[in-house]
Amino acid sequence: MGRTLFAKIWDQHRIMDLGDGTELVLIDRILLHERTGGVALQSLEVAGRRVNDPSQVFATMDHVVDTRPGRTDATLMPTGSAFIAATRRAARAAGIRLFDLEDPGQGIVHVISPEQAIMLPGLTLVCPDSHTCSQGALGGLAWGIGSTEAEHALATSSLRVRKPATMRITVSGRLPEGSTAKDLALHVLARIGAAGAGGAVIEYTGEAVRALDVEARLTLCNMATEAGAFSALIAPDDTVFAYLAGRAFAPKGELWAAAVRAWRSLASDPDARFDTELSFDAAEVAPMVSWGTSPQHSVPLGHEVPSLAQAPHDTADSHRRALDYMGLHGGAALEGLPIDAAFIGSCTNSRLSDLRRAAAVLAGRHVAAGVRAICVPGSSRVKAEAEAEGIDRVFIAAGFEWRESGCSMCFFAGGESFAAGQRVISSTNRNFESRQGAGVRTHLASPETVAASAILGRIAAPRRLAPPP
Amino acid sequence: MTPFTTLTAIAAPLLRDNIDTDAIIPSREITTTAKTGLADGLFAGWRYTRIGGREPVAGFVLNDPVFRGARILLTGANFGCGSSREHAAWALAEYGFRVIVAVSFNPIFRGNAVRNGLVPIELPASAIAAIAHETEGDPATRLVSVDLPAERLTISGATGYDFRLEPEAKAMLIAGLDAIDLTWRHREAIANFRAADHVRRPWVYRGQSERH
Repeated sequence: MGRTLFAKIWDQHRIMDLGDGTELVLIDRILLHERTGGVALQSLEVAGRRVNDPSQVFATMDHVVDTRPGRTDATLMPTGSAFIAATRRAARAAGIRLFDLEDPGQGIVHVISPEQAIMLPGLTLVCPDSHTCSQGALGGLAWGIGSTEAEHALATSSLRVRKPATMRITVSGRLPEGSTAKDLALHVLARIGAAGAGGAVIEYTGEAVRALDVEARLTLCNMATEAGAFSALIAPDDTVFAYLAGRAFAPKGELWAAAVRAWRSLASDPDARFDTELSFDAAEVAPMVSWGTSPQHSVPLGHEVPSLAQAPHDTADSHRRALDYMGLHGGAALEGLPIDAAFIGSCTNSRLSDLRRAAAVLAGRHVAAGVRAICVPGSSRVKAEAEAEGIDRVFIAAGFEWRESGCSMCFFAGGESFAAGQRVISSTNRNFESRQGAGVRTHLASPETVAASAILGRIAAPRRLAPPP
Repeated sequence: MTPFTTLTAIAAPLLRDNIDTDAIIPSREITTTAKTGLADGLFAGWRYTRIGGREPVAGFVLNDPVFRGARILLTGANFGCGSSREHAAWALAEYGFRVIVAVSFNPIFRGNAVRNGLVPIELPASAIAAIAHETEGDPATRLVSVDLPAERLTISGATGYDFRLEPEAKAMLIAGLDAIDLTWRHREAIANFRAADHVRRPWVYRGQSERH
């Protein structure tokens, strides 16, 4: 019988069977950030262990760093600079390549790794961060772990892992005009639920997935963790090879040619069997928005807040708690709901193509009075490229704050948050209670929906906008 | 890691689905680069009346005196979803929890729990509701016992439930083993595998020699 893409990568990395279903798996790349990575490096030192191969490890500063213009090591979060200092010291001591605050390669870990070709097809990559699954978009196996597991990977270049089950999600057809990878991700989550992947590794495939560019694939795979997946991946193709060619850490010359030849075999065989098969029709994917406190609480923009009977993954208690927290009731209209703030950023939607699409909505328009609007590019490179195209000026002219790169107000480890009770439309990945600040009500959406909502001061799709004056 | 074989303790019910790690330990409560000092921040958003404060919310289960000393947490589906922050497992363990009984766990949280001596037990929602119901009147005398080698949970010697934990996790929890120590025994096999892999996939390696 044929093998899945996942099984091919797994078999290539399987060092030994440890018995009882656990296997020792080779790890090709380890990424660290200052929030959880510094702890891992520090703890490794205390235990008297060292990093087995520093050349396979990269670190960045993204989680607690200030993103306001003119930033320094100081953070709005009390003690945040201690995380920066500890990571800097430990990375230097271990000989790890660190993308520090002033480095042009700095940025959100899941943005800089693809853009510098640290992640490549067929690789295993781990990072103490749940959104590591994003990077499966390049055709490798990338998954999030805890700090203790990161120590294990650093010390041994391997992890003890129970082989996850497989789930194939086939998306046929083409996404309608105005629907994006973010909308597809929310559409899938609404259907399967926040635990719907049950720890499986998802392979996304089908015409609609193949038609996505690499940045859109990163957005789609990013939210697999919100469905409880081990990870997600997409078979690498010419779109991926063209994206990676010539990037900073991509193989060069003969090695590149040999790599691409090998990468072409990274696809599920036609007769490969998956533990679960799900199918979606891309034509049914509308612009989405979340209404509750879990990403599974998502509906098409024109729909009403679901009643309990229309919320298949909720208990009466969880449905009521979500509505209470959000200040909504079943049957309420989502479109037209007044917002206090709009946020564009995060490892989900902060890449150049995201900013370009949002800028196209913002051009010639201005944010509604009383709405605070913020854009945080995903990496220093995205920021520089956007500025070279004049995108920063579009955002600023529209009334957006234009920031330095980092995770910023996706969550509020940076020490900044929106105010309690405020309603925020956000291009991020989590609408959990108090994720963006105590009592903050988050509505997840695509960057273009965030931009359109910022202009109108209420939740709205871009098609609701009048032509610019 | 503290070994775990059996435990008899108060079980505290927090029967909600999708409890995320931001709820277990809010980011603002993670103020040091150490793995300790987190117990006070456990469930801070639900446990205290205001941000950064320590005044208890009366109705929250961990503030109820009858659940003082609870070492078993009863909860819903998809516990520990969201951020991979291991601080969630550290905070639960430092507070005193040794067992989490849930309908299901997020895979990253589950791994973090096992690495920190926290036993993740999966039971159906109906069983967890029954345990909460049977113990709620008098949790201090209607204690819950967990026998990990036997993979059995019982309420004060009465109703019992069997559970399953994969062998490696069970063995590590019972012996209190450190995973790195275990893997370290295979370091030669890892080095040999990498050397062979270097020939098969030379583009993966960035030119630094092995340091074994």
